Amino acid sequence: MTYPVTKSAAAAPKGDVRATHVGRPHASWALPGVLFFTFFAVVPMALAVYLSLTDWNGLGDPGFVGLENWKNLFTDPQLMHSLLVTVLLTVVSWAFQTVISLLLGVWAAGKQRNRAVLSAIFFVPFLLSSTAIALLFFALLDPNYGVVTGDTLGTTSGAFLAIVFVGAWQFIPFHTLIYQGGARQIPEVLYQAAAIDGATGLRQFFSITLPQLRHTMAMSGVLMVVGSLTYFETVLILTQGGPGTDTKILPYLMYEAGFRSYDYGYASAVATFLVIAATGLSLLLVRVTGFGKMNSVREGM
Amino acid sequence: MSHRSNDRTPSRRHWTKRSNPIAGLASFVWLLIVLIPLYAMITTSLAGPEEAIGRNALTPPKNPTLDNYGLVLDSGFSHYLWNTTLTAIGVVVIVVCLSVPLSYVAVRNRGFWAGGAFRLFLLGVAIPAQAVVVPLFLLITKLDIYDSLWAIILPTAAFAMPVSVLVLTGTLRDISEESYEAMALDGASPTRMLFQLVIPLAKGGISTVIIYSALQAWNNFLFALIFTQSEEPRVLTLGLYNYVSQFGVNIPALLASVVLSGVPIFVVYLVARRALVSGLMGVGGK
Repeated sequence: MTYPVTKSAAAAPKGDVRATHVGRPHASWALPGVLFFTFFAVVPMALAVYLSLTDWNGLGDPGFVGLENWKNLFTDPQLMHSLLVTVLLTVVSWAFQTVISLLLGVWAAGKQRNRAVLSAIFFVPFLLSSTAIALLFFALLDPNYGVVTGDTLGTTSGAFLAIVFVGAWQFIPFHTLIYQGGARQIPEVLYQAAAIDGATGLRQFFSITLPQLRHTMAMSGVLMVVGSLTYFETVLILTQGGPGTDTKILPYLMYEAGFRSYDYGYASAVATFLVIAATGLSLLLVRVTGFGKMNSVREGM
Repeated sequence: MSHRSNDRTPSRRHWTKRSNPIAGLASFVWLLIVLIPLYAMITTSLAGPEEAIGRNALTPPKNPTLDNYGLVLDSGFSHYLWNTTLTAIGVVVIVVCLSVPLSYVAVRNRGFWAGGAFRLFLLGVAIPAQAVVVPLFLLITKLDIYDSLWAIILPTAAFAMPVSVLVLTGTLRDISEESYEAMALDGASPTRMLFQLVIPLAKGGISTVIIYSALQAWNNFLFALIFTQSEEPRVLTLGLYNYVSQFGVNIPALLASVVLSGVPIFVVYLVARRALVSGLMGVGGK
């Protein structure tokens, strides 16, 4: 490609060079952030794998024991039970929270005054910390002094549903907000076109709103899955894994093994297992929804 | 919330202005689900000891008293609140200072390492903080910061970074190539672009990151439970948890502590609801 040699055109390629090389930050600017995250999140993950091969009681140095913790883990009937409870809790919470926050969020995306007022109230539970919310329901559900009569937390299904409900009560405001934001970004022209074609409100919801919200669903879904793996304080405060071991989710099993029985090796095996499960689940969600290719949310329009 | 004037002209009504009775009814049901526990919390927290047992929570107490609140305030509440505030400030400062340049690189530097850094954080979203407490416990003791606020601040900041980076890269992608080119033609260095172009245009994303990471600090319980033990670095969430054993069956006092813990952030919500809500909305991405 040749350029006529005039003053202005000669300046242009020089400008391009600046834009592609000089104007771009050096990759080393990312280094502090990457190192910090690696040190406090990635290294501990690797360390968890190492500790799971050792026998460590928190004092002294960890001693190598090979796969013993893993053998114990996979022969421990409690593990399968905890895994089942964790998966069940995650799936039920995800389904419950997604349906409600999707409906509330799309509804709240309207600009009517009453919707704005209700949205402002819906948000209030999210202002309390998870600990405060767990304590609130611990108090309200106390069989002797609480305000809900009956021993809700003493039955298996009651305790399980209480955890699902408390998690939903806390996080639905947040996910409603995410869906509200997502719904407001759907171009109005899509609905106008659909209305001209005679599509009903319900049809518009399934053909426009839902597909347009798939990135929102992916992000909110990943946050819900990771979030429900972390219902640790809810379980600790509300049920302590009970009745019996019926609500002992994996993080709680790990906490008990490590910080109550001081068997950090075994706790690390549970933790490693948890990381693998969480990463696998999130990767699956990312793949299913195409979230990784998030160059433009409006692609294909 | 004020209406834009053109919302009132029927010809330019937004599609979402349609009414939807079924969704309206459902949202009314959810309103009750939200309000009843909050109402029971406040009325019970005002009940005196003689009314605490076997009271119907839906009726206000006959002799409301603020004694429960006094008891909570005398039990170290303000000290815990102060520690939580310090923790939140520390977490926000670390997350913003690290994730802004990182996201700038991830968006603007097309190189191998920049792409790798972005993918690291994309995967990092899925790492549950719970899963690494045991090895973190080892690191924290080796760093000699066990039982200090740093033991809470550093890991909390690290685990707030993946979502922050995702939010920020989403925001930064919207800055047009032309804006960078215009500045490059003026001979601007990447540093000047960061401060004069990227940061001003990414204000929305940065406020989302501030709010998100402050909330992570505000909510953090597990790190506080495991990495601190003494009264000195005790944050609000752990303080509340300890009230369970301290107050025993004094349910009204326990609920008073829950109410009090909500007051500071409720005030923030009243003052800056718009900023808070639109900031959090940003977590869902653009």
